[in-house]
Amino acid sequence: MSTASAAHLATAEHHYEDLPFWRKYIFSTDHKVIGIQYAVTGLLFLFFGFCLMMLIRWQLAYPGQPLPLIGNLFNESAMVGGIMLPEFYNQLGAMHGTIMVFMGVVPLAVGGFGNFVLPLQVGAADMAFPKLNMVSYWLYFVGGVIMFASFFAPAGAAQSGWTSYPPLANIASVGQTLWLLGMAFLINSSLLGSINFIVTTAQLRAKGLSFYKLPFFVWAQFITAFLLLLAFPPLMAAAVLQLMDRLAATSFFMPSGLVVNGVVSQLSGGGNPILWQHLFWFLAHPEVYVLILPAMGIVAEVIACNTRKPLYGYKAMVDSVIAIAFLSFVVWAHHMYLTGMGTKMSSFFQITTMIISIPSVIILTSLALSLWGGSIRFNTPMLFAVAFLPMFGIGGLTGLPLGLASADIHLHDTYYVIGHFHYVVAPGTIFALFAGVYHWFPKATGRRMSEALGKIHFWLSFIFINGVFMPMFIQGLAGVSRRLYDPTQYAHALPTQPLNVVMSWSAWLLGLSQIFFIINFFKSIFWGQKVDQNPWGATTLEWTAPSPPPHGNFTKPPVVSRGPYEYSVPGRKLDYVLQSEPAEAPVAGAGKVK
Amino acid sequence: MEALIPYIAKPHPVTGVTNSKLGIWCFLASEVMLFGALFSSYIFLRTGSVDWPHGSQLLNVPLATLNTMILITSSVTMVMSWASLAMKSIPKYRLFMALTILLGLAFLVVKSFEYAHKFEHHIFPSTNTFYAIYFTLTGLHGLHVLIGVLVNLYFLFPGSALWKTNPDQLTGRVENSGLYWHFVDLVWIFLFPVLYLL
Repeated sequence: MSTASAAHLATAEHHYEDLPFWRKYIFSTDHKVIGIQYAVTGLLFLFFGFCLMMLIRWQLAYPGQPLPLIGNLFNESAMVGGIMLPEFYNQLGAMHGTIMVFMGVVPLAVGGFGNFVLPLQVGAADMAFPKLNMVSYWLYFVGGVIMFASFFAPAGAAQSGWTSYPPLANIASVGQTLWLLGMAFLINSSLLGSINFIVTTAQLRAKGLSFYKLPFFVWAQFITAFLLLLAFPPLMAAAVLQLMDRLAATSFFMPSGLVVNGVVSQLSGGGNPILWQHLFWFLAHPEVYVLILPAMGIVAEVIACNTRKPLYGYKAMVDSVIAIAFLSFVVWAHHMYLTGMGTKMSSFFQITTMIISIPSVIILTSLALSLWGGSIRFNTPMLFAVAFLPMFGIGGLTGLPLGLASADIHLHDTYYVIGHFHYVVAPGTIFALFAGVYHWFPKATGRRMSEALGKIHFWLSFIFINGVFMPMFIQGLAGVSRRLYDPTQYAHALPTQPLNVVMSWSAWLLGLSQIFFIINFFKSIFWGQKVDQNPWGATTLEWTAPSPPPHGNFTKPPVVSRGPYEYSVPGRKLDYVLQSEPAEAPVAGAGKVK
Repeated sequence: MEALIPYIAKPHPVTGVTNSKLGIWCFLASEVMLFGALFSSYIFLRTGSVDWPHGSQLLNVPLATLNTMILITSSVTMVMSWASLAMKSIPKYRLFMALTILLGLAFLVVKSFEYAHKFEHHIFPSTNTFYAIYFTLTGLHGLHVLIGVLVNLYFLFPGSALWKTNPDQLTGRVENSGLYWHFVDLVWIFLFPVLYLL
């Protein structure tokens, strides 16, 4: 560390300190501030999306009954006398999916954790393009505002499902146009973000930090960035085409002779609604891995740190992530077995779908085996991380029948599918995100979150979230379709209707359980127990920076000579060796990644 | 900020590129996917259609050939402007950059004549799916040309002040802008035969 660069850093830090408030905390270019902005906005949207779902659950449990307490607050186009209208129910469903995926989970997992942690873990002072990073957040913000505002558009928000299938989406009200505009903002936001992540990882790693010494979290984010970079543009293309259909009266997705409300469409026709499905799922299947890979990254960090031993099969996990990224581009049509695309096409996509489950299983198995023989610290982040394993396991395994065309014919668009992907994303990814919040909160604020409140939050969430999603498998196997406004209208749905009541009460109680998290979060910002730079005794580079790290992150540029998870190295006084610790004397296990 | 982030003007010793050059290549990869998706949509719609018209009977091939020439020439002048910077000649840089911008604008003017001609004959994107994909693809491409022209205008006037403080960085920026410009050119090289000739 030369004194010149120290002076440099000090000047930059000083210069930053002089910036006005709005440049430092609102239009900030510092990756940590942007990460926190992303995370807080993402958490707010998660909560908003959850509220939409709690309204849906009322209609499903007690169809046709007035919503108590808050039912009268909605206007006539949403609820009449507290009874939800079908159009509003459709809006809730479409926007719940859109908000949770595109404005809640991805911004929190990639924008929030990626922005905050990745530059720290690679030992960089900031992202490669700080200004683009700022633009990325604000594009996301504007996209979110458009989505939120679309509820107040004439005839309400988008109501054609989160997948926006035409021709329904083409003839829907103006809310759908706003949905497409909002998506355009989100797509460009994630484009800028992903370029930043790739360049930062490729160019700005600390001296000595070779690719196979990167923490697994960085690998997960790095590969996720490629998925965002390459999978989102086809959705942009699809959005452009649907906007043309809606605004310029083209017929990209409109077949000839379509009859709408008993009237033959006057459009030129000649389009194909299946084209939208291809373009949409070409994005949306890689998107599934965008949802899950950062979560796996977080879980890997938390598990390695709290088992106090190296990850089992680090290299196999990294190679699996790369394999998943490639394969995720050739599985999209397994969402489309029922479109009549033919058995040859179905066979191809069945095979690729079965193949992609292998690397996913390798990662999950490695994480589970990492627990073996560890002296585990069951703190709050670890509880969430350990719970991730069986929850994601259930989500993954229930996906296998859906990947096989013959089984999918029965299960397609039933509640079984809803149960499957919610197990992946809700008790899977969102639990991992909670683990991440509890794990990196001390780094972001310099204070620890309360363990007692955290554990209450975990156990209540764990019980109720299973209460929400487990019965969906039974319902789905009984043949109950998703998106039903009133399930009691269908004879085959009646036997499982009591389950809807159980699921709804679980959902509302799950919502109440989050109060413990909210209280904990705000209480700990101000009154949490103060911590030093490495409260968990972890090995990766972010824990060598002060908590919270200053602008420029490290007091001196880190140099790395060790693997990411050197825990419990024999012959050491401490049970962890920081990555930045010089590799002097020959120490058993040093330099090895496994 | 610049003090904290390395490899802005000088390439990384291992990857051999600056941050921004890697960034622009990533961006172009994403652009390939965008136009790739639209070209795939074209194929999908055309193969599913019973009577797809022949482009040369509906569109103005001579004007499009002229536009192809204009864009290819502009790619040459773009390279010359970057090469002038690499050879430390700011006047030549300004000349070739100005030429590139003028050629880009000329392309847009020719394109607008083509559009106006179609609108006069009451031909719109809604006329049929062929015109729908024609207007969408060429419109999106025209937007890319326009953005390229604006970026180059920035580098011709205010952006060139960087020459005094960090010539390497300006050269790198112009090279990146050139990469984008060549990509836009390349898209047209695909668009022209697909829409006008096939």
